[in-house]
Amino acid sequence: MSTTALLMAMAACGALTFAIRLSFIAFGNRMPDDPRFLAVLRYVPPAVLGALIAPDVFAPGGQFTATADSPRMWAALVALIVARLTRSVLATIASGMAALWALQAMAT
Amino acid sequence: MLQHGPRSEFLGGVRAELPLLLGVVPFGLIFGVLGLAAGLPAWAVVVSSFLIFGGASQVVFAQLWGAGTPPVVTAATVGVVNLRHLLYSAAVAGYLRELPWRWKLLLAYLLTDEAFAAAIGRLRDGPATPYRHWFLFGTGFTLWAGWQASTLGGVLLGTAIPAAWSLEFSIPLTFIALLVLSVRKRSEAGAALAAGFAAVVLLAIPHKLGLLAAALAGLAVGLALRRLDEDAA
Repeated sequence: MSTTALLMAMAACGALTFAIRLSFIAFGNRMPDDPRFLAVLRYVPPAVLGALIAPDVFAPGGQFTATADSPRMWAALVALIVARLTRSVLATIASGMAALWALQAMAT
Repeated sequence: MLQHGPRSEFLGGVRAELPLLLGVVPFGLIFGVLGLAAGLPAWAVVVSSFLIFGGASQVVFAQLWGAGTPPVVTAATVGVVNLRHLLYSAAVAGYLRELPWRWKLLLAYLLTDEAFAAAIGRLRDGPATPYRHWFLFGTGFTLWAGWQASTLGGVLLGTAIPAAWSLEFSIPLTFIALLVLSVRKRSEAGAALAAGFAAVVLLAIPHKLGLLAAALAGLAVGLALRRLDEDAA
């Protein structure tokens, strides 16, 4: 059951993604020039990413734990700074994980 | 060999895509590892690369599924994450208009951030020859092959990594990197901050619906802040 459910969920997500990619190609339309459409699309990535990041950093496990000794918060800050400086996904992940491990090692 | 024949266009696309694999392959390895860390079985991590085929959205899927989110909410969130592909579809549609359906379906499946980025210059500025869609096929196929192989590699690596390493934290770290890359204006940073604040405040809403509500709030704040950009842009 759970295998089927997982497979169905992935297939649904894949179908939805495919439909988005096919949309304009299928009907041969040109770029829509409605500025409101373009403006809304522009804010989708930052809004979604912001909503995904914050709970993992400030409330891991579903509980708000943003105290000064929260290793995830400081590690995320390190990663944010490295991301701005390097604009590299790899360097961001590497520095954030290194910071998390260092802080966890110091706490124990 | 024809200068603008199918073979030469395809190989041109492959060559244009290869440098981008430097960033994509490590991301695929990481996705393989963190998909397992988020609680997906190994087969599902590999199959998601084939079925969903979109890096950030697969990370979102793994995370939400691992947290027991209802499938409808998970699919809606994945759809929102991939909504930007509408723009790519619109941008390439004019160049693919005369093609038969099998080509349109294939190229739509392969239309990712990196395949689009590497091909749009050729489509827009290169000669309008009848085989130019082979260039997009070349970038798309190269990225597809690199992504499948690196995900599989990550899954093989991931089974050897202990949970004490907190590798699931690489999920928000990946998003932080993507966020910084996607924010160029003050209003976009405002949208991200507002969405993040709302997501924490709305944590108590069941079924992770707070996530979608927070994304909408961020969208609204970003749109409202547009005038901030005029002096910065």
